[in-house]
Amino acid sequence: MITTDILIIGAGPTGLFTVFEAGLLKLKCHLIDALPQPGGQCSEIYPKKPIYDIPAYPEILAGDLTEKLLEQCKQFEPGFTLGERAETIEKQDDGTFIVTTNKGTKHHAPVVAIAGGLGSFEPRKPLIDNISDYEDKGVEYMIKEPEMYRDKNVVIAGGGDSALDWTIFLADVASSVTLVHRRNEFRGHLDSVEKVQELKSAGKINLITPAEITAINGDGKVESVEVTKKDDAPVNIETDHFIPLFGLSPKLGPIANWGLEIEKNAIKVNNALDYQTNIPGIFAIGDVNTYPGKLKLILCGFHEATLMCQAAYKIIHPGKRYVLKYTTVSGVDGFDGTRKEAPKAVVKAIQ
Amino acid sequence: MENQDINITIIDRDGVTHKIEAPTDMAMNLMEVVRSYELAPEGTIGVCGGMAMCASCQCYVLSDTELPEMQDDEEAMLSEAFYVQDNSRLGCQIQMTPEMEGLEVELAPES
Repeated sequence: MITTDILIIGAGPTGLFTVFEAGLLKLKCHLIDALPQPGGQCSEIYPKKPIYDIPAYPEILAGDLTEKLLEQCKQFEPGFTLGERAETIEKQDDGTFIVTTNKGTKHHAPVVAIAGGLGSFEPRKPLIDNISDYEDKGVEYMIKEPEMYRDKNVVIAGGGDSALDWTIFLADVASSVTLVHRRNEFRGHLDSVEKVQELKSAGKINLITPAEITAINGDGKVESVEVTKKDDAPVNIETDHFIPLFGLSPKLGPIANWGLEIEKNAIKVNNALDYQTNIPGIFAIGDVNTYPGKLKLILCGFHEATLMCQAAYKIIHPGKRYVLKYTTVSGVDGFDGTRKEAPKAVVKAIQ
Repeated sequence: MENQDINITIIDRDGVTHKIEAPTDMAMNLMEVVRSYELAPEGTIGVCGGMAMCASCQCYVLSDTELPEMQDDEEAMLSEAFYVQDNSRLGCQIQMTPEMEGLEVELAPES
């Protein structure tokens, strides 16, 4: 069981900044995210896009914002449960919560902050009738353990960066890699596209375009897939794995069943006070919440996180006196023993 | 001030037809018009914010209205999206202009 002060669901910008604000109050945080890396949408959907409305940054790439936030909260040693989706929440008799992920990892905390953005990112599944029968039996929508493809035959479908990157990576690992895409053009970093071209020319991968996977066959596991090339008869390719990489789309998911008040696919909160939900001890901050006048902006998430941490402090340390401190005055004391502080002024007489 | 609105028709994902007025002077695109009229639930349209990176605003153009030419990123996104037809476009890439009077579109299924 993982124990912490504030359990944050969602490791996007709002969740990461919560770690920093909580740290100033000497509260420890642990984050759960369905994605394999922190950053949320910023790292998953648009890491290379510039953002222009982060205060004090005239321009910053979404991926760089994630890095800066991680660096800013590093000394507060956040814990991470990545690649797992928060599935259930149980309120204990003492008012604390146990949150369990889809992989069965349990987390225990007195305060839960849902910073889930638009929800957990679920892979977009191709429209093949029986595809769900083969999930985890040769069909994987995300590559978590590349080693499982060693010396196997692999078919990848998709035309974006992840399809290209994994094709390149698995070319050295798998015994064969076939990349199938609906058109001849690929959307990805130029060097990835060129590398795939090289691998194809060298005969190290099979490239089939413009084509689609139209059926999956096999007895209890993937044995072959049907590839249909435009204007051609379908052909069967023997394979051990079929990896469709068509991007991810966010779904509110299991959080919708936690007994929270939901409106317009978002969680209703008390914005007059502390962004608490209808369940005391559970807060919702950032894009995942809604209240009159709500704006889904990263900078609003930062503000909401800051106020939420104050309320969390009162729950965790009831009755304890607290006064807001400025980092310019108090510095930042990390849980790792580091201390950041303003250099002391030099006082010296001029003779 | 001159009225800058145009009349357009949107068929939502439940098949309901909405005749609405869309402003052309607010730098709005079709996806944002659909959101402002709440013709699709929040969180199911315009997920990426309008960067042609999610296809949640895919629609089928039913009228023969002249539309801006498709750019590379829209074409690339549609090549990875589902339920794509010959008349598919991404609503976020269609800026509303006075020339689009009479535009008629149907929202593609959520995927």
